Amino acid sequence: MNSPIRVLLAKVGLDGHDRGVKVVARALRDAGMDVIYSGLHRTPDEVVTAAIQEDVDVLGVSLLSGVQMTVFPKILDQLKKQGADDMIVVAGGVMPDEDVAALKQMGVKEVMLQDTPPQAIIDTLKKLVAERGPR
Amino acid sequence: MSRAVASVALVDRVQAGEPAAIARLISRAESGAAEVHEALARIYKLAGAAHVIGLTGVPGSGKSTLVGKLTEKLRAKGAKVGIVAIDPSSPYSGGAILGDRIRMSDMANDPGVYIRSMATRGATGGMARAALDAVDILDVAGFDTVILETVGVGQDEVEIVRASHTTIVVSAPGLGDEIQAIKAGILEIADIHVVSKCDRSDANRTLIDLKQMLTLGLRAAAKSAWQLPVVGTSTVSGQGIDELIVAIEQHRRFGLESEAGQQRRLAIAQFRLRKTADNLLLDRFGAAIARASAPLAAKLMRREADPYSLANELLNSSLLREPDHEQDPRSKIA
Repeated sequence: MNSPIRVLLAKVGLDGHDRGVKVVARALRDAGMDVIYSGLHRTPDEVVTAAIQEDVDVLGVSLLSGVQMTVFPKILDQLKKQGADDMIVVAGGVMPDEDVAALKQMGVKEVMLQDTPPQAIIDTLKKLVAERGPR
Repeated sequence: MSRAVASVALVDRVQAGEPAAIARLISRAESGAAEVHEALARIYKLAGAAHVIGLTGVPGSGKSTLVGKLTEKLRAKGAKVGIVAIDPSSPYSGGAILGDRIRMSDMANDPGVYIRSMATRGATGGMARAALDAVDILDVAGFDTVILETVGVGQDEVEIVRASHTTIVVSAPGLGDEIQAIKAGILEIADIHVVSKCDRSDANRTLIDLKQMLTLGLRAAAKSAWQLPVVGTSTVSGQGIDELIVAIEQHRRFGLESEAGQQRRLAIAQFRLRKTADNLLLDRFGAAIARASAPLAAKLMRREADPYSLANELLNSSLLREPDHEQDPRSKIA
């Protein structure tokens, strides 16, 4: 009885562009994953609460508004406070290269920018979950 | 949380209301692994305090939005509310988009509300296999009211009535006439009827059709002391939500005080046992039957054999011996 990989896809802050995250949601669904979508305009705390309640393997945050260096520290910090810092956090969207390096430094497992093919996202998530091991 | 922790070790932490422990035990229940059975056995014995509300209706009828509004009102009265929201899995990929949470975002940060999304993973009847385990887990974690929202259903998915103390059927305006309303199936199982989207002009028609349908059921009306309410709601204007809360409370009390309520609880227990036995049968033999039936399908397709003889042959073969116990790494960790 293999459980599907569970993923929470979240949009945080004022960013209202969710075409990309919906494409990703659909791709992950078609790869056999359970995908929970947060909807728009969530706060970092709300996203962490949802990720914990839903016991997801992967928390993916899509950002096209440039606030990644504000949002991700809050999310990672809150996950740590809640004892869930083993959750795999990944980022997607549009952001500068120096931010990508900084995000990975602070614990974001992967940053997938706007030109990442859907199959590459699927493969990356499968690899990260396999590395982490069973629940 | 350590991923190697045994499921039984989570029970105390669930009782203490620890969100991560609740979440993990529900995931384990969903996995269906034998390792979780002992933990769920303990959970079952500890549960039984919560009022379980089942909410069902066609896709897009506004179930999730209504759950959101109901939860706000119940929270205002001081109740802690657990929600299990089910959405369908893809029959092709097995994947799912679970979007019910979006409609409940107003209380996303309230610790007195716990929302869990669940995919059907091939289960029929409008529910997910582990849905009832999840309800018990939330019950034990101290949620006084647990709302179980089915997938958007058609006419025939009625399992929810054997899984909840109070069943609410949500009808949306504009989907059918009075003939739809007297058909057998989902409309029969309601303890409370809701007509959603009453800010729409055609909602009154649906309300009238439903109310008339109820007056036709002479026998049902005479046998039961429960008078089925039909509540028109609008989550836009807030119309009918208070009325619905009153109806739910009245039905909760009716369930506790009446003979019919006692019978309902027995029927729920019976359904639970049957469903669990069905699932365990499927665990033991489902994969073996699927494997053994594949090579026989060609014979069946050419009509050289018939499904009844082949199925009997399958079931009488060596297939049904006890399988070797699967090795679960967690079962070794105390």
